Formats: sequence, C-alpha cells, structure tokens
Amino acid sequence: MSAESTTRPEPAALDAADRRIINRLQEGLPLVASPYASVAAEIGLSEGELLYRLERLLESGVLSRFGPMYHAERLGGGLTLAALAVPESEYPRVTELVNAFPEVAHNYRREHRLNMWFVLATETPARIDETIAEIEAATGLPVYNMPKQEEFHVRLHLPV
Amino acid sequence: MSQTGSRQAAECRLRARLEQGLPLTSRPWQALAEQCGLSESEVLACVERWRAEGLIKRLGLVVRHRALGIDANAMVVWDVPDDAVKELGRRLAAEPAVTLCYRRPRRPGWPYNLFCMIHGTRREQVEAQLAEIVARQGLEAIPHSVLFSHRAYKQCGGRFTQEESSHECRVHHPA
Repeated sequence: MSAESTTRPEPAALDAADRRIINRLQEGLPLVASPYASVAAEIGLSEGELLYRLERLLESGVLSRFGPMYHAERLGGGLTLAALAVPESEYPRVTELVNAFPEVAHNYRREHRLNMWFVLATETPARIDETIAEIEAATGLPVYNMPKQEEFHVRLHLPV
Repeated sequence: MSQTGSRQAAECRLRARLEQGLPLTSRPWQALAEQCGLSESEVLACVERWRAEGLIKRLGLVVRHRALGIDANAMVVWDVPDDAVKELGRRLAAEPAVTLCYRRPRRPGWPYNLFCMIHGTRREQVEAQLAEIVARQGLEAIPHSVLFSHRAYKQCGGRFTQEESSHECRVHHPA
C-alpha cells in the first residue's frame, strides 16, 4: 500500500439513492412552494426520505452547501483567480500569510512554476486590487491576477 | 422607515439568510418568509426576480469532491488563438469530464487563456480523460499544460451579503 493511500481519509459511502439525489440536485431545485416533495417524486423517494438523506449528506461533509449559487459580480462583489510562484522552502510561510486574508476563499497547491492558486472573493470589485496589493506586500511576491473574462457553461457539475 | 425601505430591508435579510442555505423542511420558502417578515409568495417572487436578473445562477448544491474520494483535480490550461477561444471554450464545456470552463487573461510568462477543470478519483483516470478530449476535439496542436493539485490548503468561500452574525462563508467558486 502506498503512503498516499494510507494517509487519505476513507471516502464517504453513497448508495444508489444518494447518487440519484446528488445528480438530480446538481441540476437545480424547482422554485415552488414544496420543492423537496417535487424532487422526491421525480426520483422515487418520499419527501421525508429525501430530507433525511440531505441532512445526512450535509452532516457527513459530502455536500458543503445547499441553496442558491450567487453570481458574485452581479451581487456587487469581486471575484478572481490568482496565482503565486512560491519558492519551495518558503511554501509553508507563504501559505500562512495568504490564508490569513479573509478574502482568500480557497487555496490549492498545484504542480507548476506557479504553484499556489487561490480564489479571492471580496465585497466590492475595488477590494480585489487592494487585496492583491496587500498580498504582494505581505509575501514580497508578484500576484498573477486572472479574473474570468467569459464563462462557458457546463450542464452537470459532477456526476457521482 | 418608508414602505419601500422596509421591503428592501426584508429582501436584504432574505438574501443573507438564503446564503446560509435553503432550510431542509417541507416548505422552505415559508420558513424563510417567517424569518424575514415577508409572505411565502413574496419570497418566491423575489427569488424568481433575482434569478431572472442573474443574481442567482441556480438553486442547487455544491458537492465536496474530496469527501467522495474524488481528489485528483486537474486544471488544464490552453493557449488558444484569441479568435478561436470562444468556440473551443464551448466545445470543452460540452465535454462530460469538464466541470468548469473559463476564459481568463494571459500574463507575462503565462500564455494560457482558456482554463478548464477535470475531476476524477485517480490521476491516471484524469489523464486518460484529457487524452480522450484532445483526440476527440482534435487539439493536438494547441499548447496546453496540466496542473494537478496536491491538496487544498483552504476551502471556504467569500461572503457578499452582510448580516449581523455571519460566521460561515459560502460562494459558488470558479476553480
């Protein structure tokens, strides 16, 4: 067994009904007074069973969020993807500095010269540039700012 | 406070409450309506309007890939001629393995202008999916780079609506 597989947490187990729920709800929930009853009927469950399973999936961390997907820019917020080329020896220190910013929504290490990739989400568009300037000042590294220019829509986010 | 002002305040409360998720109860909009001082039909009309205006993209859920063992996530970036990026972006977004697809600006030392994400349970699986896409779409001549992620160092989201006690942050994220 490799070191990687021994340290990796066990993936959550989903049964067929869980998969139907997740795949169906990734397409969206109808905007009606009793949306769960309507979805439950579509996938052959009772409303109570659907609600129980959704609660369990949220508790177990399989679902991180259930509700509206906001369009950040139209809400008046700022959103961008940014990257840094971090020297290997400084990676832990820079990670700590970058993650200390509340505007940093998530941060991934990737295999490339640009090895730190993070999303900035701010209350106003102007805060994006300010935050980038602050991150550059804190880390001493230039931030590559790559805001989305166009989104190409995918139908289903991730079938499970 | 004027009638319009109190209506606006109620809608702002609704937006903030909704950011924390749709209640898991038979009549979720009724539950939100009671919390915000609106009627159920007012809440539904308001959310419908936000959707028509594009403020809300959709009502749905975010799956935490890593909790399902889907943790080989690759960002594939392409250097596409500017006049071809729209068409290729649409074609890549239609590929079942692609979960996100965006056009982004080139930067000095970074020639790539089209970004897409491919998720899978294993690295080899993601690589095989990419090879299939390249062959099917005839992309052999388009320079590209694959950036696998090792791990997430932070996973939460931004918050855009202020309410008195907002403790968790959630947003539909682009990467």
